[in-house]
Amino acid sequence: MGFEDEPQTKESPDDRRLQQPSRAPAPRRGAASKLKIRRAREAGDDGALAAVFIAPALLGFLVFLLWPTLRGIYLSFTRFNLLTPAEWVGLDNYDRMIRDPVFWHSLAVTVEYVAINIGVQTVAALAVAVLLQRLTQSAVLRGIVLTPYLMSNVVAGIVWLWILDTQLGIGNEILQALGFDRIPFLADEAWAIPTIALINVWRHVGYTALLLFAGLQAIPNDMYEAAKVDGASEWRMFWRITMPLLRPVLAVVLIMTVIGSFQVFDTVAVTTAGGPANATNVLQYYIYGAAFGRFQFGYASAMSVALLVVLSVITIVQYRLTRAGQTDLG
Amino acid sequence: MVAMTTATPSVRRVRRRLSFGRAMAWTVMGLIVLITLLPFYWILRTALSTNPALATDPDNPLPVDLTGGGFERALGLQSAEEAIAQGGAGSGLAFWRYLLNSVMVSTLITVCQVFCSSMAAYAFARLKWRGRDKVFGLFLAGLMVPTIFTLLPNFVLIKQLGLVDTLLGIALPTMFMTPFAVFFLRQFFMNVPREVEEAALLDGAGKVRIFFRVLLPMASTPIVTLAVLTYITSWNDYFWPLMVSYGDSSRVLTVALATFRAQTPQTGTDWSGLMAATLIAALPMLALFGLFARRIVSSIGFTGIK
Repeated sequence: MGFEDEPQTKESPDDRRLQQPSRAPAPRRGAASKLKIRRAREAGDDGALAAVFIAPALLGFLVFLLWPTLRGIYLSFTRFNLLTPAEWVGLDNYDRMIRDPVFWHSLAVTVEYVAINIGVQTVAALAVAVLLQRLTQSAVLRGIVLTPYLMSNVVAGIVWLWILDTQLGIGNEILQALGFDRIPFLADEAWAIPTIALINVWRHVGYTALLLFAGLQAIPNDMYEAAKVDGASEWRMFWRITMPLLRPVLAVVLIMTVIGSFQVFDTVAVTTAGGPANATNVLQYYIYGAAFGRFQFGYASAMSVALLVVLSVITIVQYRLTRAGQTDLG
Repeated sequence: MVAMTTATPSVRRVRRRLSFGRAMAWTVMGLIVLITLLPFYWILRTALSTNPALATDPDNPLPVDLTGGGFERALGLQSAEEAIAQGGAGSGLAFWRYLLNSVMVSTLITVCQVFCSSMAAYAFARLKWRGRDKVFGLFLAGLMVPTIFTLLPNFVLIKQLGLVDTLLGIALPTMFMTPFAVFFLRQFFMNVPREVEEAALLDGAGKVRIFFRVLLPMASTPIVTLAVLTYITSWNDYFWPLMVSYGDSSRVLTVALATFRAQTPQTGTDWSGLMAATLIAALPMLALFGLFARRIVSSIGFTGIK
């Protein structure tokens, strides 16, 4: 326990600045900045040099991000199987999507996955972050909680597939030793989605906790010291100090993790391949099957657009509800 | 410990009263560490066991019937007959090939992406040119597009370019930039005091020289963090390589592992070999993290929020 309560002053000023999760000064767009730009232009323009510096990144942006985004939307209005040119079919794909029970099932399964995944992960990450902040400042422990994040989803999926194996998995051996029945975690329709959701919690909780931990670092320690002198309990301090002041960071982390969670694919592909009986056929897996299994790229694109719309709406709603852009840390 | 000794008497009293709570909190922390690390031990334990022993002795905490067969199978060192006899699939894993592919793809992506993104970040942060804010706004909007949305159209593009089943095809979409990388580094360059550049300008250095000789070295911490995170992300990527690569020549480790998992021998899954392969696939990232853990852990908040 030699690293307990390690003083934080070890980091260089550079590191310290990096840790601050607060918004960096946004470029002011007021009259002053316009004036500055005009003055800069008179003083000399770096146009030629900037063109060289920006060219590779801009090329990458236009060719592999902007163009595919527009093309994805265009393809959603076509029938396209990769071999023959895309054929414009108007809203046919969307019409089909609305009538496709598997699509709605996939959407529902995905929402169930996200709810469990984000619910458990956020609470657990918050707990880990607070423990890392209030109990110890150990960098070693922070490193340890991050290790699962270094594994790929594929590795995490395979390992838990083995641990939770119905016949031979140590997880089920322990259950049986404790007097419970064996659970076919990934082979049972009801258990499969919660199990996959928790496997991904295992992989991502440390990373999420470190994001929140960085937010906690911005809360002045004096507040805790003062509350302690007043006799406040840790529990009370958590609700009265930590939660209100962490809110903006928590909100942004929540938005990011929800977006990531909706894109679940790898773990499903490795552990259940969408089964049993479509129980884990999440949207992204269904889209992949439509594109690469049945070569319906138009239909797959339409479902991708639907996912994009769902994500945009959720992000906007979350942003409004959590007032992510405002801080209470005055 | 430092904080404890400098605490005022009243605070120390409070601390002592909370000691039961602290003990509970440490217990929870210990449990978290256990759940985090136990699967890693279980990988090792399984990899060092033989398949028949795993079936008869599933709950022994130590390796059963200690063997290196799993690793030999994963590395393709066993003959087909030997592998089948030990419960593996006869078709070997061209492991070294996949490892090399993973290294090449991840290195290509990381080096190019970090270099191109830092040049762009400098142009956005420090150079004066018309339309700068508009172009940057466009990059920012790119942050909003979920990566997964661009995969299908990008596959169509890579196919049209004739780069399906090549390492370049896997690397290309993220080789030049990600909006995040540009944004992350721009943020750093914005915070560098202008005096630094002005001093160099007075010494007669050009802007190109300033970028390479002054700003890049100053940015080593964020650049290393970004590079390591990019390397880990591309190393662990599965979905995109799965779409683009079909044969051994371009197969990366994640895809190979998933394939290995899917080929079940008649005797049941080759858990020993699979865990050995999993461990070897994960080791490079553990080593990389071990080298840079301190820097990454302390700058991850900044990275993630932005």
